[in-house]
Amino acid sequence: MKDLFDLTGKVAVVTGGNRGLGKEIALGLANAGANIVVVARKIEEDVISDLEKHGVKAIGINFDLLNFDQYSKLCDQIVSKMGKIDILVNNAGVQKRHNAVDFPKEDWDFVMDVNANASFFLCQTFGKHMLEQGYGKIINLASLLSFQGGLRVPAYAASKGAVMQFTKALSNEWANRGVNVNAIAPGYMDTEMNTALLADENRNRQILDRIPAARWGQASDMQGAAIFLASRASDYVHGITIPVDGGWLGR
Amino acid sequence: MSFSFDFFSLKGKTALVTGARTGIGQAISVGLAAAGAHVLLLGHRDNLDETKEKIEKIGGTYDTVLIDLSDVSSIREKLAPILNKYEIDILVNNAGVIHREPAAEFKEDEWMRVMDVNINSVFVLAQEIGKTMVARGSGKIINIASLLSFQGGLFVPAYTASKHAVAGLTKALANEWASKGVQVNAIAPGYIETNNTEAIRKDEKRNQSILDRIPAARWGEADDLAGTAVFLASRASDYVNGHVLVVDGGWMGR
Repeated sequence: MKDLFDLTGKVAVVTGGNRGLGKEIALGLANAGANIVVVARKIEEDVISDLEKHGVKAIGINFDLLNFDQYSKLCDQIVSKMGKIDILVNNAGVQKRHNAVDFPKEDWDFVMDVNANASFFLCQTFGKHMLEQGYGKIINLASLLSFQGGLRVPAYAASKGAVMQFTKALSNEWANRGVNVNAIAPGYMDTEMNTALLADENRNRQILDRIPAARWGQASDMQGAAIFLASRASDYVHGITIPVDGGWLGR
Repeated sequence: MSFSFDFFSLKGKTALVTGARTGIGQAISVGLAAAGAHVLLLGHRDNLDETKEKIEKIGGTYDTVLIDLSDVSSIREKLAPILNKYEIDILVNNAGVIHREPAAEFKEDEWMRVMDVNINSVFVLAQEIGKTMVARGSGKIINIASLLSFQGGLFVPAYTASKHAVAGLTKALANEWASKGVQVNAIAPGYIETNNTEAIRKDEKRNQSILDRIPAARWGEADDLAGTAVFLASRASDYVNGHVLVVDGGWMGR
């Protein structure tokens, strides 16, 4: 059983692994034994030392995901430091809230670039490496807004819809070559990205009323699904999106 | 031992698995036992030897429960002594039957039999055992759904109807019980090499057309489902509710 979920000796790259969901996912993978590479605009020191507490190797790389032309350099840099890449978690994401009628083009582009375009091209760059080694696990962060429209976040909804769809597209191409591509759709999580919702008493109550589990999710609730999708336990699982949402989507 | 294995550990838990004699039910029973659960193997007749041997081999523990799930009205009575004896933490509703016949000719008694085993017994078991979980404030129910919880299939209308019902029931129960500490989810296996799929695997044309559509380019094995079952049976999935988790080599995305 230990073997099924064991990630000892694997190398996992987590984008946006500095805080929030990304940090908790990185800690979860480290707990399962994976060596971790955190990619973020500015690595905070305590992240690396927290990861190292689990007895794994951990490094941080300062990198702005908007530098699309630097992806293969980033990939080479990681491979030269860690030897290989087994697991990619495309977690980094941004949010911009405006009414659709006022949504500025630059905010639309920014959200699409980070949430959808960066994730796809990281899949492409790191996936190429995984295809060569005949093994890999890619976990994209989708959202409830991969299924629903949300309110005042049209770019986010569009980008997360895209993530769920290219997860399937990549899985159709790569499933028979040893690379699993899947996604996790977090529900309403108690993280920095949702500060505005949590602080708005009315929205907070509306949301809570609809969660069958009757609580907001904690970032650590993501760890089980992440380890599952990163491990041998999910070898026949391809192209799916697992909601970790306390039952929201069924309501 | 690091935390993540505790995270997926089922030590001290008792699991009831229906249809434990063979195929997916057997693989899930062995998987849960390997994760530390004491497994109650539910079968129709006393012919569970193969599953018992596999559990013994990995040092797991089990007991057997004999109930005919097609006789829905007798389930509650037969379950009562089991519920007196055990606190069931994990229920896996796996038992299922299939009948192949074009819809225009489909026999009513076959329709009823499929619905009884695949959905009506599932509801009764979930209700009776779920009740005890709600009272204790914790539990995990895993229903075995199907690709035909999403699609229509061919010549298996009762199976399709029953498996759509399983997906619906999973969400309905999750909506009621998620706040009580009971997680209700389902697994939708893809095309798996089991007795239920033997007929279509032997049909060369069907076999090829199915294989052509599976991105992973192979039929699934029952063992491919064990990891998912352990995930959904463990603490690792405590915020996962009402989900039908597809394990199909990519079929649904194609």
